[in-house]
Amino acid sequence: MCHQTVSLVARYLEEHGLPTVIMGSARDIVEECGVARFIFTDFPLGNPCGKPWDVAMQRSILGAALDILERAWMPRTTIQTPFHWDKDEWRENFMRIDESNREALAREGKLRRQFQDEIKKHR
Amino acid sequence: MYQLCKHRSFISYIDRSREYYAAQGYTKPYEWPCYDDVPFTPLKKPLTKCRIGLVTTAGKPKPPGVVEAIFSPRELYAERSDPPPQALFTDDLFWDKKATHTKDVDSFLPINRLSEYACTGYIGAASTRFYGVPTDYSQKRTLERYAPQILKWCQEDGLDAVILAGL
Repeated sequence: MCHQTVSLVARYLEEHGLPTVIMGSARDIVEECGVARFIFTDFPLGNPCGKPWDVAMQRSILGAALDILERAWMPRTTIQTPFHWDKDEWRENFMRIDESNREALAREGKLRRQFQDEIKKHR
Repeated sequence: MYQLCKHRSFISYIDRSREYYAAQGYTKPYEWPCYDDVPFTPLKKPLTKCRIGLVTTAGKPKPPGVVEAIFSPRELYAERSDPPPQALFTDDLFWDKKATHTKDVDSFLPINRLSEYACTGYIGAASTRFYGVPTDYSQKRTLERYAPQILKWCQEDGLDAVILAGL
């Protein structure tokens, strides 16, 4: 949802004459929304500006964002940074659904809906 | 590295979240914004003369206590960039809490890195404030309530361009 929020705000700023660039890791959400400039780093959600404490990488990714601000000449310009996460397990593990958690997920959803219904009743 | 793959390499969060919430029993998939037209404003002056701002979806640090923190409302805010925040509140946001962490603010809001670029003269200046925007399922609220306020702050601070980082 964070990527949707920044994409919508960026579009609004662009419409009002302010150039923008998004730094993010949820490529599909940003590109489907449609933004002027996008620096994509293929990392787990949470560190779109570089790995924690890796100053050199953060500087490089921000540098790409600054450069694209100046150099992009048309909307939907995406640049993918060259960085990789150490291991790829996160790709499979994030929001994973399999036989080991299917029942737990269904139970979790049911509990959340009950909780949300209770909140609505007391509003 | 070259490799052959059967699927696109990056995750589709639209597909994955739809399947995940369906597994939780939600019957109506979330409808994401998809625009044909994309607004585009060129930079009006060289980077070396531009004042650049930052927008984050992270919240201001919360009072101690897990329950209070989770239930206190997300808010729109503008905060001084100097001194830079040592931490921001991200526990209520949707990011990969098993794979990584957000203890280093610059991993999701490049506030110190931007300031360094300003010191070297690569950009004209970093904004004196950064802005926080709440994540919201409501696209209408984001466009009609939050975005206009962010624009107003950008104008007050005399910004030439804005970097927005989504967790």
